[in-house]
Amino acid sequence: MSTTDQTQTTAEKAKAPRMSRYTSEKKAGKSNQGLHTKKSIILTIVMGALLIYSLLPLFWLFVNSTKTQAELLNSFGLWFSGDFALWDNIVATLTYNDGVFVRWFGNTVLYVVVGAGGATFLAALGGYGLAKFNFPGKKAVFAVVLGAVAIPGTALAVPTFLMFSQMGLTNTPWAVILPSLISPFGLYLIWTYAMDAVPTEVLEAARMDGSGEFRTFFTISLKLLAPGLVTVLLFTLVATWNNYFLPLIMLSEPTWYPLTVGLKQWNMQAQTVGGDVIYNLVITGSLLTIVPIVVAFLFLQRYWQSGLAAGSVKA
Amino acid sequence: MKAPHSNTRLRRTALAVATGLALSVSLAACSAADGGGAETGTADDIAAALQEETTLTVWAWAPAVEDIATAFEKKYPKITVDVVNAGTGNDQYIKLQNAIKAKSGAPDVAQIEYYALPQFALSDALVDLSDFGMDSLEDQYTASTWGSVNLDGGVYALPQDSGPMAMFYNKAVFDQYGLTVPTTWDEYIATAEQLHAANPNAYITNDTGDAGFATSMIWQAGGQPFTTTDSTDVALNLQDEGSKKFADTWNQLIENDLIAPTASWSDEWYRGLGDGTIATLNIGAWMPGNLESGVPEAAGNWRVAPLPVYEAGDTASAENGGGGDAVLAQSKNKLAAAGFVEFMNSGEGTQISIDAGGFPSTVADLESDEFLGYESEYFGGQKINEVLVQSASDVVEGWSYLPFQVYSNSIFSDTVGQSYANKSDLNGGLTDWQKAIAAYGNEQGFTVTE
Repeated sequence: MSTTDQTQTTAEKAKAPRMSRYTSEKKAGKSNQGLHTKKSIILTIVMGALLIYSLLPLFWLFVNSTKTQAELLNSFGLWFSGDFALWDNIVATLTYNDGVFVRWFGNTVLYVVVGAGGATFLAALGGYGLAKFNFPGKKAVFAVVLGAVAIPGTALAVPTFLMFSQMGLTNTPWAVILPSLISPFGLYLIWTYAMDAVPTEVLEAARMDGSGEFRTFFTISLKLLAPGLVTVLLFTLVATWNNYFLPLIMLSEPTWYPLTVGLKQWNMQAQTVGGDVIYNLVITGSLLTIVPIVVAFLFLQRYWQSGLAAGSVKA
Repeated sequence: MKAPHSNTRLRRTALAVATGLALSVSLAACSAADGGGAETGTADDIAAALQEETTLTVWAWAPAVEDIATAFEKKYPKITVDVVNAGTGNDQYIKLQNAIKAKSGAPDVAQIEYYALPQFALSDALVDLSDFGMDSLEDQYTASTWGSVNLDGGVYALPQDSGPMAMFYNKAVFDQYGLTVPTTWDEYIATAEQLHAANPNAYITNDTGDAGFATSMIWQAGGQPFTTTDSTDVALNLQDEGSKKFADTWNQLIENDLIAPTASWSDEWYRGLGDGTIATLNIGAWMPGNLESGVPEAAGNWRVAPLPVYEAGDTASAENGGGGDAVLAQSKNKLAAAGFVEFMNSGEGTQISIDAGGFPSTVADLESDEFLGYESEYFGGQKINEVLVQSASDVVEGWSYLPFQVYSNSIFSDTVGQSYANKSDLNGGLTDWQKAIAAYGNEQGFTVTE
């Protein structure tokens, strides 16, 4: 439950930067004069309610990760109770079943670094190319990309599985990484972003100075695209970190599971004859699982607000 | 081992897409050639195969299987058994169905619950174990579990555990409110009213609409809503006498708010079982192990009684959950795989499974003095197996599941679940379910008659 809620809230957060980028561009001139602070009680209440709505699942997750399995089922869910067992739970989570959680954590990091990082890089290459170069068939590519945005990954999982099965890739990390590399939405985002953020005049100036296209891309364009790249990176990072159905379909060997599928397996133990009921570890594991994502957001947040490209466009 | 629940709409949709796509091709591909290895064999052939270097892959989520594999490797040192927990219930069936469709990647042996078995058996994904002489094992198993694996003239798995139903009740709650243990469903409803009146937070049981439970209850009521002939002709009637009998009874509980709206297997459910707000469970005989591990604080409070019946003095029960282990048609080591399944569910493995909390399906184990005489400390010293074994012999005959039950169960919440949510007539929900099942079955190439 809590991880699903987390997905929603992080997805909400992820949308915010894109909007704020456009508005911050427009407001850039005004910001020197200082923002007028006009208080609205209704808006404050609405925002407060949204804040509680977003934070309550996290609060629940934290509170319950401090409880023992017995206390978990015998106490009020939204407040602390019994011994503060957070450290014990963390230790138990990391060591349960020969430390398989750590393995799942490592798998997830691998899928995210290679998958989301690669997806961002490919989206940057493709989006930039489509925005700044003219070639025959561009409209067809545009249609394909837009169409691809509309297809949910879930619908492609089984056909992809059958294809990968022919290639002998199922039950290997590649089965999760390769589909993660493709982000039509990220490509589209970079495409529209690059049209404004990378002035054609700058590219022409670079060409005049004898810079090759790749050099221009890596030394000039990539820097101008940075806020857009961060946005795409966050999207793909969240998508890969929370990816559930694809690895569920592709992997049968628990040693390659990411955290999402692994935690589900722990959760299902409560439904198995003779299974060990470890809700406390599922909850603590979920808490540990979202920590990196929260850190990533806090850390990358300043890149969206930097307004780097806003200045360079005017230059 | 029970029918797992679809927790969210997303998962259901995902499952629908997955099984839908997979099933459609598996039917079309049902004449595909199998992998290498012997397709038939005698007990001697199996014994010989077990002396050769072989690696078997087994997909199972029951914890006992690891221990069974260890014992097997000890007895047959040349065989390596790789036990993989590829997921519990539905999760594993998705993978299995995909691997079958892809014609590679399936294990040699897989744990499959009874309700899901026809889907794999009737699409020729499993080996007919009678080709390996295992039809002779029939007498070892209870009639109901053998009936669950004996489909369309073949034997597609050997039963592992079973789940004859019983009523587990929290005696502490019954004593506190002066309730008597109901023996008929009418008494059960009266007890539900008494309890809820005495303590508005307490309910006789929980149910938010669970396909596994509903089908078992229809089974007990004598309903036979699903009939399959020749693998592809399916007759549906979720308004037959038995189905109606169940719905009319359960309606009285749902419409009067007498059932806790708590999903089974949630943490909230375990909590209710512990604090007495869920007073009874009508569930399979494998439940004691789950109570002991999931609700240790209620030790001594729980007892078990026969499942209530419709007519006083009657005996009628049903199976709820449980499953067996099958050899996949894709396996390249069918002889050794069959040998492992036999070891697991007919040989030494049965005792290991029992020790791990599984409720057996083998008559010899069920009727052994040790098993019947076992006094459960958790159940206040009650000889629980006497009640549970009696239930196994009271299971109503003639039940069968659909050849696409996994998908059908996954859409139960969308149809019958709505009746639960709206506290309206379950018969309406069952009719909707039947329509949805028929539409899906026809799409998948079955001939469905309503």
